[in-house]
Amino acid sequence: MTLFPAIGFTTPALLLALLALPVLWWLLRAVPPAPVRRHFAGIALLLGLREKDPESQRTPWWLLMLRMAILSALIVAFAGPVLNPATRTQGNGPLLVVMDAGWAAGRDWPRRIDHVAALLDSARTDGRPVALRLLGPASAGPLVFHPADYWQERLPGLTPVAWSPPSEDLGALPDDVEVVWISDGVAGQGREGVLAQVPAPRIIQPDTPLVVLSAPLFDGQQVRVPAQRLGPPRAGETVVAIGRDPAGVERVLARAPLSFVPVEDGRATGEALFDVPPELRNRIVRFEVEGLRGAGAVSLADDGLQRRKVGLLSIRQGSEELALLSPLHYLRQALEPTADLVESAVLDDLLLAGPDVIVLPDLPQVTPAESDALVSWLNAGGLLLRFAGPRLAGAGAGNDAALGGGGLADDPLLPVRLRAGGRTVGGAMSWGDPRGLAPFAEGSPFVGLPVPEDVGIRAQVLAQPSPELAERTIAALADGTPLVTRRQQGAGQIVLFHVTANADWSNLPLSGLFVQMLDRLLGSTRMNRVAAAELVGTMWQPQALLDGFGDLRDADDRAAVRGEDLALAMAQPGPDTPPGLYDGPGQRRAINAIPADYVLTPEAWPTGLQVETDQPSPEVSLAPPLLVAALLLLAADAAATLALGGRLLAAMVLAMALVPAPRAGAQALLPGDARLLQATERVVLGAVSSGNAQVDAVALEGLRGLSNALTLRSSVEPGQPMAVDPETDDLSVFPFLYWPVLPESPLPGAEAVARINRYLRSGGMILFDTRDADTAALTGATTAAARRLRQIAAGLDIPMLEPVPADHVLTRTYYLLGDFPGRYQGGTVWVEAAPADAEQAEGMPFRMLNDGVSPVVIGANDWASAWAVDERGAPSVPVGRGSTGERQREIALRFGINLIMYVLSGNYKSDQVHVPALLERLGQ
Amino acid sequence: MSATRSTDLRSAAEALSGALPPLLVAADHLANSVLPGAHGRRRTGPGTEFWQFRPLAAGDPVARVDWRRSGRGDDLFIRETEWQAARAVSIWVDGGAAMSFASKAALGSKADRARLLAMALALVLLRGGERVGLADGTTPPGAGRSQAHILAQALGDPAGVGAEHVAPDLGAAPTGGHVVLFSDFLGDLGPVEAALAQAAHRAIRGIIVQVLDPVEESFPFDGRTRFESLSGHLDFETQRASDLREAYLGRLAARKARLAGLAAQAGWHATTLHTDRTAAEGLLWLYQALGGGAR
Repeated sequence: MTLFPAIGFTTPALLLALLALPVLWWLLRAVPPAPVRRHFAGIALLLGLREKDPESQRTPWWLLMLRMAILSALIVAFAGPVLNPATRTQGNGPLLVVMDAGWAAGRDWPRRIDHVAALLDSARTDGRPVALRLLGPASAGPLVFHPADYWQERLPGLTPVAWSPPSEDLGALPDDVEVVWISDGVAGQGREGVLAQVPAPRIIQPDTPLVVLSAPLFDGQQVRVPAQRLGPPRAGETVVAIGRDPAGVERVLARAPLSFVPVEDGRATGEALFDVPPELRNRIVRFEVEGLRGAGAVSLADDGLQRRKVGLLSIRQGSEELALLSPLHYLRQALEPTADLVESAVLDDLLLAGPDVIVLPDLPQVTPAESDALVSWLNAGGLLLRFAGPRLAGAGAGNDAALGGGGLADDPLLPVRLRAGGRTVGGAMSWGDPRGLAPFAEGSPFVGLPVPEDVGIRAQVLAQPSPELAERTIAALADGTPLVTRRQQGAGQIVLFHVTANADWSNLPLSGLFVQMLDRLLGSTRMNRVAAAELVGTMWQPQALLDGFGDLRDADDRAAVRGEDLALAMAQPGPDTPPGLYDGPGQRRAINAIPADYVLTPEAWPTGLQVETDQPSPEVSLAPPLLVAALLLLAADAAATLALGGRLLAAMVLAMALVPAPRAGAQALLPGDARLLQATERVVLGAVSSGNAQVDAVALEGLRGLSNALTLRSSVEPGQPMAVDPETDDLSVFPFLYWPVLPESPLPGAEAVARINRYLRSGGMILFDTRDADTAALTGATTAAARRLRQIAAGLDIPMLEPVPADHVLTRTYYLLGDFPGRYQGGTVWVEAAPADAEQAEGMPFRMLNDGVSPVVIGANDWASAWAVDERGAPSVPVGRGSTGERQREIALRFGINLIMYVLSGNYKSDQVHVPALLERLGQ
Repeated sequence: MSATRSTDLRSAAEALSGALPPLLVAADHLANSVLPGAHGRRRTGPGTEFWQFRPLAAGDPVARVDWRRSGRGDDLFIRETEWQAARAVSIWVDGGAAMSFASKAALGSKADRARLLAMALALVLLRGGERVGLADGTTPPGAGRSQAHILAQALGDPAGVGAEHVAPDLGAAPTGGHVVLFSDFLGDLGPVEAALAQAAHRAIRGIIVQVLDPVEESFPFDGRTRFESLSGHLDFETQRASDLREAYLGRLAARKARLAGLAAQAGWHATTLHTDRTAAEGLLWLYQALGGGAR
């Protein structure tokens, strides 16, 4: 290892261009930067002046250096500089590349392929024939040497396998062959045979750390995933459990940290502990080391993890039984270690829990609805396990109409039809001995289970003889009487033990056979319950297979595997039984790439062989950074040239101008805002839309008439009135709003209500006008418009109201008024009620009401119509008749003026009551 | 018919308003900032301003008796007015290409400023009753509002001259009158000297107004620069313009000093005005200088 990293060039010939640099130097020196052309009137004063430093006619030396650097960088960049160029092979003879392609090679396969690619590149350059042999896939026969490009084409298609490569024979090798072995560094990969054949291989062994997982173990509480590691620890090693979520999407279900204990020379063993609920655990398909690839880093889970969920139906009876007499006791004892039990007295609850198996002891009282539910559950693949009992025996023989029994014949939940009564053997009142069991017949799920001598049946229910009885019998007594019968129901099955689940009728529940029989029936599931004998004679269909990268792939239509081979594959998977998931009779087995007892050890190469680890640093092309540097220097050169010409500032200004300035119009005025701005310039009266265009037009005309009158008669000079939409407009710029209400007026939205309330609280005033002269008041009812007004005002902040009292300040803010007519006369006008404690001042005609301006004035007199004027200022709506009408219009206008005065100056007029007192005080 | 009449009216109105050239408008505006005043001779003579009452002397025509004053006493008085002699002021604006220089478009060229000042001065003088004309003889001195229009026309359309600078020609200036010279005086000073000498012979007094662009005062250039005269006849290249600044400013100061010297010799006034300063400032100075020179 040299101190400096090696640098190579892909096209070194281009470097010759560097020789041209001195010429460039000379050329550049001769050409100074272009001058700025300027008009200048005072040129006569300049004539004859000299610079202090005439040398600057030449390009300054630093600018020259800069340009030389740019050019050098470009030349070097195009010459293709490479940091740490790949090492080349030596020799000219044929090249043999041996590649480990077993499960251990998948973890860094691209790196290995890169190595091979580099070897092939150099071999192609040197024109050497190459043979490439992968140790792992089924043997490809004798070695064949091809030109390198033959292999280059095939290189991307090479994949590792998920098992340990078997030993292989390379056949005869040429004499001058150079052998390069790309190894995975794990012992026992069947390489002894090859190693003996090849002469002194050069060994490249990437030092990627290796973590392998064995089959998961389940102790009833936690799932342990044993792991082994070769190489230095990695930070945050985690095992993830992957399975399908309820939506069927594969995802990470749980994760657990990996804790390792070092053993020796880089090896470490450890495990990951998963404590997950059964629902989640049952979904787990595989465990993976997070962030690692390769078949070794995957551990497949099978039924061993999946405890069946068994539902036990408690007998619905009030009587207290002794625990040992309860049929459920023995079932519980037998099932608890291997299954998750759900117990309930209600069948519906059991079905809701989604059990794999439901156990019904004796005859439960199943309603027809429950029975239907059970059947549909059975059709979906459930297993119904039933036991006989006294009541089942009593209810039997329902098909015997003479007996008028319970109708068990039609019971869809029994595998066979039963005779009434059953039989008792070996009791005190019978002659026979208790019957023993016959050996289990071929085809029975219990086949192979040893039959204890001491198991005896004293009583049982009997099946009606029928053609299918023999086929349905899976266990029988020594005399051939069916003991256990089974019937397929849809995808599920119904199994009936013709004895009780307690020791009343037999001692079967007391025996170990009972537990084994239940296990077989439930398809369960003790961990590592691998017995070759059990597998003999079974066929196992591969469902999903691991590839060399640790990905689980569909097995498609691979042929089934014999149970014996499967048992062998458990210890040593191979090409015929690759790691994967296999479905057998009623269960699923997983074969992992790493057998349970595998010990991960590093390969011990024979002494004398040179083992290269990976390239410490990969090839890095230096061309991009050089090009970038050249570009940056070019920019610097441009700036420097501009500076020399005195144009840098101008260029910067231009650049700044070209860069789009941030929008200064962040506060840009919306069209509506412009309107509101206009409203702020003067006092502007606003009209809220009533929902009727004509009424709105009259309202605006009315406000215009009122504005004109105000301008003529008072110092208030309002601007043009505006239509106001409380939904969008800012109301605060309007001191006064006129709101005509019609039965069809729209209700303000929530935001508008909030705005209006804010407006009313902050001193605005709204004149609500129902425009109907309050006609309904005659009958004591309300008009439609008034009802609408109530709806509009429901959300508004409206205080207590009262009819305008005679001493209200509205009656005297500008004119003295006794009535407030609009187009109609005499309607009641409502304002905020005076406080209850307002008292009439002594000697004053008014009460002292100094505070508060009523936020609303409500009436029905249609004031806008009375105020309305057209463009030329002539009244546009007739009011009353003749001079009386004109008088009424005048009074209406006076009311409007009073109202605006009230809005603008508040209770100022009310203060006038103090004037006599103030005058008196001044006079002293 | 009515359409034709209104069109005629409009075109006539446009022609009328067009008769007030932009220069005149701007100058009028500027002239308003200076109070016009007649150049009284502080002695009795023909004029409009009251000067004194003096007792009727023998030989005075009876028609000159001021009866209103005489009626207050027993003596007869004659009302005398101050002698207000109108002067002839000739204005000369350098029409050379160099005057069209403007370092920034917003500032306007030196010629614009010179013509504006000249026109404004003319307006002020005309209001004061003086006779104003152009020194080049195209517009002889005249008085009255109409003269303003004539001057504005003459100043507003300067004849294009290819030369960098134009030599002042005072041949047409009335003897004993006043002359106001506007130029940047950055060209050859020889003709100016000659003109001043000639003027001194003819008892012409006047003002030298040097109008400069701010760039010509500060010389803010740097780097390799090729300077070109406005007419394009001259160019000068430097490798580093900043090196020339000192020397240039020195030469400019010398040029100003020489102008001042020339003016002092001839009893003239001289000043330097800049296009980045307000025109009113220059006009005020001009008015003061001219008024002061007259008294």
